[in-house]
Amino acid sequence: MATVSLKTLSKNYGPVAVVHGIDLEVADREFIALVGPSGCGKSTTLRMIAGLEDISGGTIEIGGRKVNDLPPRSRNISMVFQSYALYPHMTVRENLGFSLKIAGAAKEEMDRRVAEASGILGLDTLLDRRPSQLSGGQRQRVAMGRAIVRDPDVFLFDEPLSNLDAKLRTQMRTEIKKLHAKVQSTVIYVTHDQVEAMTLADRIVIMRDGFIEQVGTPDEVFRRPATRFVAGFIGSPPMNLHEATVDNGELLFASGERLPLPSQFKPNVTAGDKVVFGLRPDDIYPTGHGLNSGADTDVHQVELPVTVTEPLGNETLVFAEFNGTDWVSRMLNPKPLKAGDRVKMSLDLSQAHLFSAATGKTLRS
Amino acid sequence: MDQNSIHRVRRQALGIAHGVGLFLAMLVICLPGIWIVLSSLRPTVEIMAKPPVWIPQELSLDAYVAMFSGIGKGGIPVLDYFRNSLIISVTSTVIAIVIGMAGGYAFARYRFRAKSAMFLGLMLTRTVPGIALSLPLFFVYARLGIIDTHFGLILVYVALNVPFTVWLIDGFFRQVPKDLAEAAQIDGCTRWQAFWQVEFPLAGPGIASAGIFAFLTSWNEFALASQLTRSINSKTLPVGLLDYTSEFTIDWRGMCALAVVMIIPALTLTFIVQKHLVGGLTSGAVKG
Repeated sequence: MATVSLKTLSKNYGPVAVVHGIDLEVADREFIALVGPSGCGKSTTLRMIAGLEDISGGTIEIGGRKVNDLPPRSRNISMVFQSYALYPHMTVRENLGFSLKIAGAAKEEMDRRVAEASGILGLDTLLDRRPSQLSGGQRQRVAMGRAIVRDPDVFLFDEPLSNLDAKLRTQMRTEIKKLHAKVQSTVIYVTHDQVEAMTLADRIVIMRDGFIEQVGTPDEVFRRPATRFVAGFIGSPPMNLHEATVDNGELLFASGERLPLPSQFKPNVTAGDKVVFGLRPDDIYPTGHGLNSGADTDVHQVELPVTVTEPLGNETLVFAEFNGTDWVSRMLNPKPLKAGDRVKMSLDLSQAHLFSAATGKTLRS
Repeated sequence: MDQNSIHRVRRQALGIAHGVGLFLAMLVICLPGIWIVLSSLRPTVEIMAKPPVWIPQELSLDAYVAMFSGIGKGGIPVLDYFRNSLIISVTSTVIAIVIGMAGGYAFARYRFRAKSAMFLGLMLTRTVPGIALSLPLFFVYARLGIIDTHFGLILVYVALNVPFTVWLIDGFFRQVPKDLAEAAQIDGCTRWQAFWQVEFPLAGPGIASAGIFAFLTSWNEFALASQLTRSINSKTLPVGLLDYTSEFTIDWRGMCALAVVMIIPALTLTFIVQKHLVGGLTSGAVKG
């Protein structure tokens, strides 16, 4: 078990910089998820921590020890790859015990630890099979078992679930969470799937173009996104984001439509400011069919035409036109609606977000 | 006939046509081999007969007996030739494989300057016919004093085989996912251990096939060997075939018998190694 500390860590491939001097402190036994779109530098960061990629600048410390130039084998980490990377010419037992064999462990010790790991992951009956005889989920479990057997300071996961189908992914997600509860070690988990990040991690690191946009608990990044990018990236369906101008205590949209300026932002903006207004689908709903935010002091009513509805059973996503585009809203206890209906919508402005159009940063104080 | 019967008949007809085609193709491939074996067992009269005698009238092992009966009794130093062939082929194959593995691995795994140009250069050496090199090679070897030595021929065969082994082994290393070596390094291996424990076993079939090809090239090569060898010090089996030609006659039967002696080890080796050429060994390594 160990802390991980990245200080002004950077990576260049020739003239191209892919990670720009990032700083991150991971606490002991913390589960941290690096999340972001492809090409944001999250996998490169993980590979630098693993020692599979040289670093161009900065330092990496694991358990207080600088590991910049140590080879992967000397960092006491283990990694689960997106492709599983099981050794195809070895049985499951040999795959699990490989690291111990290389370390020169005694036979009894090896058997004991392989049995322990296979017990945790339910691989007991599969020990003599080869990877080609396993299903996707079983291979994934073997890959995790191989990581556990090493008893590492830090577990690194590189998009471990992205090759599984949706159902199995949900199941394995739960297993990873249980596993973390059992082995209680520091985990750095890379994913492009924000649902995985939200459900698994203690803290989420959102990256874009080689920079860290925000680090925070799932609740923080969801409720208080630091930038417009984070606001749009976290949450499904995504937040409705629209540019507007502050005008006479109101928000003036390009179409000429207006909304009141949410009161919590009033001290931070002045007339003429270009801003981006954001509202989650949960905070805009056909009146009487929404979540009760408990702060309905700032609910604004507006009548909008419905363009499309997406019924999901317990709720319906209603797309309604405002400012020339569709805004997604979530209708609980759905009632039948059809395109063209004009519906009275409630906009819970106490939950709204406002970002600077120029910098993308939040205007919340 | 209804539609189903028409299709059934058509499928059967296609199956028969396929079988006949395959038989003809195999016949074309195998007939020269069979003819050599038959010719080594028949008297010269029958071999030279026109029109050809298809069904042998008389079979004997005389040619084989004569071959081993020593100089003066129609024999040739076949054991010396065999030894030379074996030493030269095995040594040059081992060296070509070692260089091929190093080169193939480097081309498959590393980025370096002028990589494509080097690879293309290696391949271009294959476009030069070996025989075109024989005269310059002869002059150089004569100056160096390495004509009629094992070393001289081994050098030639290594040079001949390396581009091919590099190319073939490169392809096989490319098929081994890079993740596996990385996983091994995380599991505690050095780069060197990761290679021997994981990548080498998985590229094994490819390395074995490169080995067979390199061995057969050296074992069967005639043109350069005939220029660069002189005596039983270094003459290989293919060059030994020429011992059956004299000023006015050619002993076709003896020549065929020696050809059979040459073919047997090559065939045996191929059979042994081909069992190990199991494809699909990497299946299950990564997603799938």
